[in-house]
Amino acid sequence: MALDISTPPAAVAPSAPTAQPPRTSSARSRGAKRLLRRIPVWIIVAALMVVVLYPQVWMVLGSFKTQSEFLSNPALSLPETWRFDNYVTALTNGNVGRNYLNSVLVTIPSVILIVFLGVAAGYALEVMIWKGQRGTLLYILAGIMVPGQMILVPLFILYFRAGITNSLLPLIITYTVMGLPLTTFLMASYFRAVPREIFEAATMDGSSPLRNFFAIGVPMMRNAILTIGLVQFFSVWNDLLIALTFTTRPDLATIQVGLLSLSDEYGSTQYGPLFAAVSINIVVLLIVFLALNKKIMAGMAGGAVKG
Amino acid sequence: MQSIFGDRKTVLILLGPALLLYTLLKVVPVLWSFGLSFFEGNTLRGFTWVGVDNFVTFLGDDAALQSVWVSVIFSIAATVGQVTLGYLLALLYVFVLRRGSAVVRTVVFFPAILPTVAVALLFKSFVAVGDNQGPVNDLINFFGGESVEVLATTYGTMLTAIVMTLWSSMGFYAVLLYAGLLDIPEDVVESARIDGATGFRLVRHIIVPLSLPILLSSIIFSFNSTLKVFDSLLALNGGGPGTSTAPLTLYMYRTSFEYAEYGYGSTIALVLTLLCLVFTLAVFRSTRRKAED
Repeated sequence: MALDISTPPAAVAPSAPTAQPPRTSSARSRGAKRLLRRIPVWIIVAALMVVVLYPQVWMVLGSFKTQSEFLSNPALSLPETWRFDNYVTALTNGNVGRNYLNSVLVTIPSVILIVFLGVAAGYALEVMIWKGQRGTLLYILAGIMVPGQMILVPLFILYFRAGITNSLLPLIITYTVMGLPLTTFLMASYFRAVPREIFEAATMDGSSPLRNFFAIGVPMMRNAILTIGLVQFFSVWNDLLIALTFTTRPDLATIQVGLLSLSDEYGSTQYGPLFAAVSINIVVLLIVFLALNKKIMAGMAGGAVKG
Repeated sequence: MQSIFGDRKTVLILLGPALLLYTLLKVVPVLWSFGLSFFEGNTLRGFTWVGVDNFVTFLGDDAALQSVWVSVIFSIAATVGQVTLGYLLALLYVFVLRRGSAVVRTVVFFPAILPTVAVALLFKSFVAVGDNQGPVNDLINFFGGESVEVLATTYGTMLTAIVMTLWSSMGFYAVLLYAGLLDIPEDVVESARIDGATGFRLVRHIIVPLSLPILLSSIIFSFNSTLKVFDSLLALNGGGPGTSTAPLTLYMYRTSFEYAEYGYGSTIALVLTLLCLVFTLAVFRSTRRKAED
């Protein structure tokens, strides 16, 4: 039931009819008038593009400039030479390399756990029939409403007692718990759209209830899994609050925490390395976005409406 | 057949791990945190029962009240801004650009997936003064003005935070509302057009009422996410100047983890939760009243 925003707006009247009646002078002038009327639209769209793109381009260009270049010709000038010095400085001098590695090491297990547990729970709550399933769904749904701040202090005490504060485990566990309610709820609503007959037919062919889930349920949800996985990927990757709370040593910091301390370190003196560290973030996410933008947009919008 | 779907062992295997994790690490901590809000202290000092003292302290704590104020102002301004801009963009996509809107939609959406920390650092550099002056002050200088140190004032910091939030989230809200606008039946719009409704009046009397449900969801979603604002104000200016732009979330974080006041920190977290609840209910109620009119 994802919002399929990739389909063109079918309900919208077609723009400019392609098959014009025999061309008369009045028809031509009407066409010209229409073109003229589009000019304000193009100005608005152009302004929109500048507002959206300029800050990003400015930052990426800035990451290639030397400090003196940055000061002498600001704004949108291209760097004199495309130098990667800033990137080298950021990755070697600071902890940025380690930070990116930590982010990967935290995000991938978290997203896999969230999706795997969420799909299984969604299947059990929607396809299976048992007493109290509605109540259980509501019980899990309630978790979406509660802000993360509400569980930070108890979890901190818990992780400290368990003696795992010197690892990335607290982050992985917390992200999994935080992402689980929404994922379970969304998966349940996706499974609702699957006709029950499919599972019944498989059972006739001798499939066990658990096999039904792995052999039919999971493959059927491939699209939904990818969409939800992407949404969770961004929310885990971009998180600062949980990462900051459970980061006890600088070498355990994720990239968002790393950027924050890098900004304190370089903030007012040197732009290059900071810009380079931020630009890596922008460029990597841009590549992911270019490849999968339809899924990401549909997934994020769908999650918001239901959540 | 029923027994296949009712197989208890399968339910237990599939739901068990998620339910256990959720109960132990979400539900129990929420109750635990609720309980902690009536205590004072931390794990090293030990906890002492203080009843509702933390809540009384909160009401007389200027820093706390300032942080509620920051969260609420930020939330209202950001919600009004991002839902309005998102709605205008959605109208642009559906009624003006029509089929050609895919590229614009995608480009404007992109900042929504950027980390808030990265966006905050970008805007921080964008309005910077001094050795690394950003384009905003270059522009002011170009028109003959003096450079302004935007982040030196509470007002400037809040304004920058709101502008950067709108910049990064308007594309997201546009896509959200766009999906809602597509659901409006074309014949309704067409018949209103025939009856002479055009432009603003068409939007005011036909489009807005028909897209009210999705508009309502967007407003609630927006309040719930902006009341929890943390990254943007922290990364932009550290809640400064001083602590004048520290939202409730940041005050909670500092109280709990920098000053190790677990009890009072839990109280602040509870206030935040209640605030989210109150805003959600308020939006619901106000629209119900409107529907009854």
